[in-house]
Amino acid sequence: MAAAMPLALLVLLLLGPRGWCLAEPPRDSLREELVVTPLPSGDVAATFQFRTRWDSELQRKGVSHYRLFPKALGQLISKYSLRELHLSFTQGFWRTRYWGPPFLQAPSGAELWVWFQDTVTDVDKSWKELSNVLSGIFCASLNFIDSTNTVTPTASFKPLGLANDTDHYFLRYAVLPREVVCTENLTPWKKLLPCSSKAGLSVLLKADRLFHTSYHSQAVHIRPVCRNARCTSISWELRQTLSVVFDAFITGQGKKDWSLFRMFSRTLTEPCPLASESRVYVDITSYNQDNETLEVNPPPTTTYQDIILGTRKTYAIYDLLDTAMINNSRNLNIQLKWKRPPENGYIHYQPAQDRLQPHLLEMLIQLPANSVTKVSIQFERALLKWTEYTPDPNHGFYVSPSVLSALVPSVVAAKPVDWEESPLFNSLFPVSDGSNYFVRLYTEPLLVNLPTPDFSMPYNVICLTCTVVAVCYGSFYNLLTRTFHIEEPRTGGLAKRLANLIRRARGVPPL
Amino acid sequence: TQLIFYIFSRDGACCLPFSSCYFLTLPDKMKIKCRFQKAYRRALDHEEEALSSGSVQEAEAMLDEPQEQAEGSLTVYMISEHSSLLPQDMMSYIGPKRTAVVRGIMHREAFNIIGRRIVQVAQAMSLTEDVLAAALADHLPEDKWSAEKRRPLKSSLGYEITFSLLNPDPKSHDVHWDIEGAVRRYVQPFLNALSAAGNFSVDSQILYYAMLGVNPRFDSASSSYYLDMHNLPHVINPVESRLGSSAASLYPVLNFLLYVPELAHSPLYIQDKDGAPVATNAFHSPRWGGIMVYNVDSKTYNASVLPVRVEVDMVRVMEVFLAQLRLLFGIAQPQVPPKCLLSGPKSEGLMTWELDRLLWARSVENLATATTTLTSLAQLLGKISNIVIKDDVASEVYRAVAAVQKSAGELASGHLASAFVASQEAVTSSERAFFDPSLLHLLYFPDDQKFAIYIPLFLPMAVPILLSLVKIFLETHKSWKKPEKTD
Repeated sequence: MAAAMPLALLVLLLLGPRGWCLAEPPRDSLREELVVTPLPSGDVAATFQFRTRWDSELQRKGVSHYRLFPKALGQLISKYSLRELHLSFTQGFWRTRYWGPPFLQAPSGAELWVWFQDTVTDVDKSWKELSNVLSGIFCASLNFIDSTNTVTPTASFKPLGLANDTDHYFLRYAVLPREVVCTENLTPWKKLLPCSSKAGLSVLLKADRLFHTSYHSQAVHIRPVCRNARCTSISWELRQTLSVVFDAFITGQGKKDWSLFRMFSRTLTEPCPLASESRVYVDITSYNQDNETLEVNPPPTTTYQDIILGTRKTYAIYDLLDTAMINNSRNLNIQLKWKRPPENGYIHYQPAQDRLQPHLLEMLIQLPANSVTKVSIQFERALLKWTEYTPDPNHGFYVSPSVLSALVPSVVAAKPVDWEESPLFNSLFPVSDGSNYFVRLYTEPLLVNLPTPDFSMPYNVICLTCTVVAVCYGSFYNLLTRTFHIEEPRTGGLAKRLANLIRRARGVPPL
Repeated sequence: TQLIFYIFSRDGACCLPFSSCYFLTLPDKMKIKCRFQKAYRRALDHEEEALSSGSVQEAEAMLDEPQEQAEGSLTVYMISEHSSLLPQDMMSYIGPKRTAVVRGIMHREAFNIIGRRIVQVAQAMSLTEDVLAAALADHLPEDKWSAEKRRPLKSSLGYEITFSLLNPDPKSHDVHWDIEGAVRRYVQPFLNALSAAGNFSVDSQILYYAMLGVNPRFDSASSSYYLDMHNLPHVINPVESRLGSSAASLYPVLNFLLYVPELAHSPLYIQDKDGAPVATNAFHSPRWGGIMVYNVDSKTYNASVLPVRVEVDMVRVMEVFLAQLRLLFGIAQPQVPPKCLLSGPKSEGLMTWELDRLLWARSVENLATATTTLTSLAQLLGKISNIVIKDDVASEVYRAVAAVQKSAGELASGHLASAFVASQEAVTSSERAFFDPSLLHLLYFPDDQKFAIYIPLFLPMAVPILLSLVKIFLETHKSWKKPEKTD
């Protein structure tokens, strides 16, 4: 057990120059960033990036000293002679049609691709050991990566960092689509951050909110970069990224407003003292078109405009290292409120309660011209209690028809209607002005085939039980109660036997 | 085990006939025989010259160069009673490099007295019972091994040493340490001296926002915070998850943590069981590592601009860490016999005969481990006969047995270096044979399960066949009997 050591005698004579050596200037730097983007479908996407740059050569063996760069990854780079490492864990799928193009997309499951240095002699052996070690660091089952799911792509995965030559023999790529991402994978990922979920942007990384999302992707990217413009020496860059998409319904109860507290259930309290830059960017592209559309609180001091992914976007910048923005007494909670509901309209949804009330879904949509709008709902099939089934359950269950009410613009202006004098078919619905008219349409009812149990099963059970009981009990009863007597051997043909049978039935003594 | 022991007599006295064999009896009926093998010669000229110099340190310096002493051996110089090499009241001297000086006397009982003195010196510098018992701690039953004694590190092919600086409050303290220079100047020479015992690799890291798991209590008398001795075991666990297990290496890891307490809990002291603060403010845990608390000088807060810059005094820190490293390896302070002068330490912090003692203990421990592993494997095979031993596993077992025999032979003849290497090889081969995954393959077809699978299929089919066989037999028996009857 542990014991306090008096250490009264110090056996050592420490010779050698004992001057005060000032520590060298810090050779690694950390930048952290959060980008919040409202998506066209009303959801909100948040992308965290933590970038650590380490100005050091890792090739030499010997003592390595780590500060902001995590020791676990640094030891991996030097032991397995890595040039680049990209590892991502994703749950969900980025729906480009509804959400727009992503910053960085990753496949569902776990993906690992690695470029080794050209000093490695046995790449497959290093690959196998590396995937085993990574599965230990990130608590994921990456040890299932073997030659059956590893490939060497020749064209699509070029090195993303510095590279002298690209011999594809040193590249390995593997995907595990079955891998599930959960809190167990997030915790070691957070431990690699220098401020480690105690200060700065990593305070927002709470597992119970981050996994309540439609899309969750966390990744680690290590690559060598140039240290300066002339590229005389290289540094190692570690980027840890986390992208989540919050569903509007879960966070905002149908409204498109969001705030940091509603999304992450935390606010930003203090900046990370180790970071040289710590910023939050909020996409306010729709702000500039019309000053009435949305309002961001607290108002940003600076904005940033650039062409991102092909379109011009404007971002509001909140700098955490700015003491006016955030200090000991104020937390930073960024809120966004929509002043006027955007084009997507209004949705009212009331979920069903079993045996009490049905689902109700109402949507107010503005349809663009010459377009097709599809509304789809997912449902699950479930079994009822066996007494609740109708006598003809295999027919299916009916879903009531949907109602479409619309104000259709009128091609020709109409005058307002006088109730008493116009014919009855003209005055079915009240019309406020002459530019559009009201119409209500219904769809067909929906017949849904639901699973039914096998209703003949009780009958089968009764038959089987009765048979077994009858056979066994009957045999026993016969054996116990039957009396045996000796019988004369029968003589005579078939006719005589039949005649005797008839006589016995009549009660007449036999022949 | 044996030590080779040379005695030089300066005045040409004759041999000293004392017995030089003793048994170390360890608990559980384990006996190890230790023998001293002696050889005598007269001093050579340059040695005479060295021995006539003014002080022992100069004599040491002059005696250094010419000889190459074999590992595991000791050299004892006999000087006359009136020599001025040693201070007047000291009878013997233990040097840092396998040498010792003993003063002879002119007396009737001279042989006995000098012999006793030499045996005391030899035992201080070489293998004793408690060193061996500490090395074999894992193989001895629990009750014989008291909780007071601390277990040294298990013998392994190499070790990884990690120095971590824990800064739980980076807003208040901007801590800088010149760990690279400190490792180069202080740790690396020590590890180079210890390199015969295994491969060492050193790493360092700085961890921010890493707290100790225990809240220190406030002592109003000294207006400082303190950690009680009872709280110390609970300190390590919460920190260990942040330290990062070494993913890239198979060797055991020794962690040395330097903790700079946060501003709210400064200064922080560790109290021993009497309530007095420990002088070095550090503690260590056997087989894990050590923790030292570094308090920031209160004068640096005068500027009152947070964060304050803190430069760690690496000399103070490295003194503590190296002393803890020695204790973790089991290199304890020797029991110095009375009236004996112990020389000052070498600059690396490790005396050569301390290294020898460590290697002796390690060799014995390796042999014990290898034999235990092989015995367990044999017992396992005796119990479960279904296990298939592949050829490479068998060759590992043969190699392990050969290495054990070679190591025991080398130990008996006193060649320490080759005995240690052979013992390491024995441990590696025996562990490789025992933990081979192919041994687990055929464990799941025992005989009773085979019966349980086949009986429900064949028994119902067999019963009617047997009954009809019986009926046929009866009928043929009856038909044989019938011709006899009718006849």
